[in-house]
Amino acid sequence: MSLFKELTVKPWERKGIIGGLEAEGTFDTSPEKVALVFFVVVASVIFSLFAVSYIIRMELPDWAPLAEPTQLWFNTALLVLSSVFFQWARNITKTDSNKNVMTAFVGAGLFAIMFIAGQYLTWENLQAEGFYMTSNPANAFYYLLTGVHAVHLLGGLWVWSIGLIRMISGVEAKELKLSIELCAFYWHFLLIIWLIMFALMANT
Amino acid sequence: MAYVPLADQDSEQELHHPKSWVTEWVFSQDHKVIAIQYGGIAIAVGVVALVLSLLMRMQLGFPDSFDLIDPSQYYQSVTMHGMIMVVYMLTALLLGGFGNYMIPLMVGARDMVFPFLNMLSVWTYFLSVLILLASFFVTGGPTGAGWTIYPPQASMAGTPGHDMGIVLMLASLGVFIVAFTMGGLNYVTTILQYRCRGLTMMRLPLTVWGLFIATILGLFAFPALLVSAVMMLFDTLLGTSFFMPAVIEAGTPLDYNGGSPILFQHLFWFFGHPEVYIVALPAFGLVSDVLSTHARKNIFGYRMMVWALIAIGGLSFIVWAHHMYVSGMHPYFGFFFATTTLIIAVPTALKVYNWVLTLWEGDIRLNAPMYFAIGFIFTFIHGGLTGLFLGNVVIDLPLSDTYFVVAHFHMVMGVSPVLVLFAALYHWYPKVTGRMFNEPMAKAHFWITFLGTYAIYLPMHYLGFLGVPRRYYALGETDFIPESAQDLNAAITIAALVVGAAQILFFINIFWSLRYGKKAGPNPWGSASLEWQTPDTPPVHGNWGDELPTVYRWAYDYSVPGAHQDFIPQNVPESEEPTADEQHFDPNHDQSKANL
Repeated sequence: MSLFKELTVKPWERKGIIGGLEAEGTFDTSPEKVALVFFVVVASVIFSLFAVSYIIRMELPDWAPLAEPTQLWFNTALLVLSSVFFQWARNITKTDSNKNVMTAFVGAGLFAIMFIAGQYLTWENLQAEGFYMTSNPANAFYYLLTGVHAVHLLGGLWVWSIGLIRMISGVEAKELKLSIELCAFYWHFLLIIWLIMFALMANT
Repeated sequence: MAYVPLADQDSEQELHHPKSWVTEWVFSQDHKVIAIQYGGIAIAVGVVALVLSLLMRMQLGFPDSFDLIDPSQYYQSVTMHGMIMVVYMLTALLLGGFGNYMIPLMVGARDMVFPFLNMLSVWTYFLSVLILLASFFVTGGPTGAGWTIYPPQASMAGTPGHDMGIVLMLASLGVFIVAFTMGGLNYVTTILQYRCRGLTMMRLPLTVWGLFIATILGLFAFPALLVSAVMMLFDTLLGTSFFMPAVIEAGTPLDYNGGSPILFQHLFWFFGHPEVYIVALPAFGLVSDVLSTHARKNIFGYRMMVWALIAIGGLSFIVWAHHMYVSGMHPYFGFFFATTTLIIAVPTALKVYNWVLTLWEGDIRLNAPMYFAIGFIFTFIHGGLTGLFLGNVVIDLPLSDTYFVVAHFHMVMGVSPVLVLFAALYHWYPKVTGRMFNEPMAKAHFWITFLGTYAIYLPMHYLGFLGVPRRYYALGETDFIPESAQDLNAAITIAALVVGAAQILFFINIFWSLRYGKKAGPNPWGSASLEWQTPDTPPVHGNWGDELPTVYRWAYDYSVPGAHQDFIPQNVPESEEPTADEQHFDPNHDQSKANL
């Protein structure tokens, strides 16, 4: 039933059971996925507000644009690979075979860890070159946005590591189907967020 | 094939059965225990805030007689009172307390979708309260920057708690938001996915609708507070200049440069205004159910009530700058925000009319919860009307920094939700504890609180018109404030002390009745909604015994013509309308008849 139609029902008129023999959720999917979609919306609001603050703060006279390190392109490639590997793992769980699922799942996580390490390296390099957080708001935003993004990725890696432990301890990949699907979804989301943040910082 | 919720699969929802006293009462994953933990912590910290307000009132009413607090402590009291009451008491008690208790019972589920996350939520909330209260014991004490914690003032010398106090406040808010997000994801997912068979969204009690919309508001609005808290922590601890402008502190220029304090205000109020409705919408829902039950009448205009909740929720995100008229803004902005602010009065007024029309020709039972619910209609109308004054830029500018604003927001989002909370606490007390409270004591509690409220806040409107500024430790001597204003202040203080003391009646009542109250029976008010139809009272772990309920009707079948009694529970099919025996409806527990 469409949302509009559902909201215009007159509940006092119709008695009896509405729906089938079983209880039905509003969305035809698992509660974990519903919760994750809501969380993704919350995270989007957080990043949008940071982006809005960035744009407003940018207008003020003391802003000196930061030349983003070239290394970011390399890091971006790592994050793309991580996302691709998760999608690969997800596609495997949709088939009957389990082949390569471990490789894809482990690879996805490792690329994400390498991405975070790469981001940390850019911090070190910027510090070494004298681009401190306090010296300019553009620098401060660089550390802040990359940091908040990395924290979100670390949260994802925590879920990934639980999946990894279960996989190593011999749990069938089929039973991890939901975890893998949700990880892939979350990673694609964080990739999109990163691309937007990168574009925002690189163009200003 | 439609997705079958875990709760209804053969394997049953996996409940974490408590194995020891600790897992049953301390680290419990049962939504009812978590609700009581949330509620207990919220009420306890609310009492701290109440005591702070009484300290402030003693200072304001009798500035020369008492020497309880100095100016710094006054500002710290103002700040902590405001922040605790809005965030740590009202939000936590309404969403964490009532949300946790009501949602699974009202939607016919065994528990929340993610019980472990729910447990983490309450303990994270507890941690945030501990961090907040810790600020009373650090050097410099808690922050005294006002609950809006505006930079740059909040972190500069001269403001109490500018060093550790503000840091702990920001950290505590961050932790609270994490706790709220964990709980909030649980509430929305449970409402959307775990409703029992036959329970469509439009058959939900308005309590669930209020909690649902408020949770969504919270999930969208709290990120703004989180973002501003994080950036302000960076400014305070790491020396960045997101919000901090170039500024001179006691003759010395600080290392900040070029930040925008106005940006903070926008972020803060983008959270701050929806926060008003995060508190108000659950209260609207709860009071609707209390009014309908005790008026023995279906809620008037159920669909309109749902639409109004949604409309208020949406509009609440485009009115925030009406808190910032005095900060200065482009006149067209002011015009826009004044217009949206006045528009939001339309769905709100619609709700008020519907509450009144629910009472119209109802078979009203004047039980104690009904007293509080009707009292709420009064205070909410008064607070709402003064909101219309303040929504206009030209009226807001002279009144903004006076007691008129204090009176307005205390009426509309202080006293009103608190009256609903008392209505709801008394109304659901028999379900939660299995015992009745003491009715005469509850009514005495009502009258003192309700009349006392007016004795406190009506004169404040007048003080505001006189131009008495808010936030001042002492008035001193001015040309425009007559001496008699001080007499009014003294009277307000006396009323506040009486109201404060009267809350002891509430605590005596709930603790005394826990042991000595009459046994309540499963459904003492004759309520139609699902939470009163549990096989056990109080509901046990898993809520519903062997089988989940099936819902055949909406939650408001009161006084249905031709029915055997004046309510039909949601889980009763049309073919077998109930007889009095089947419903265990014991007229002896009908308090109105017992006491009239």
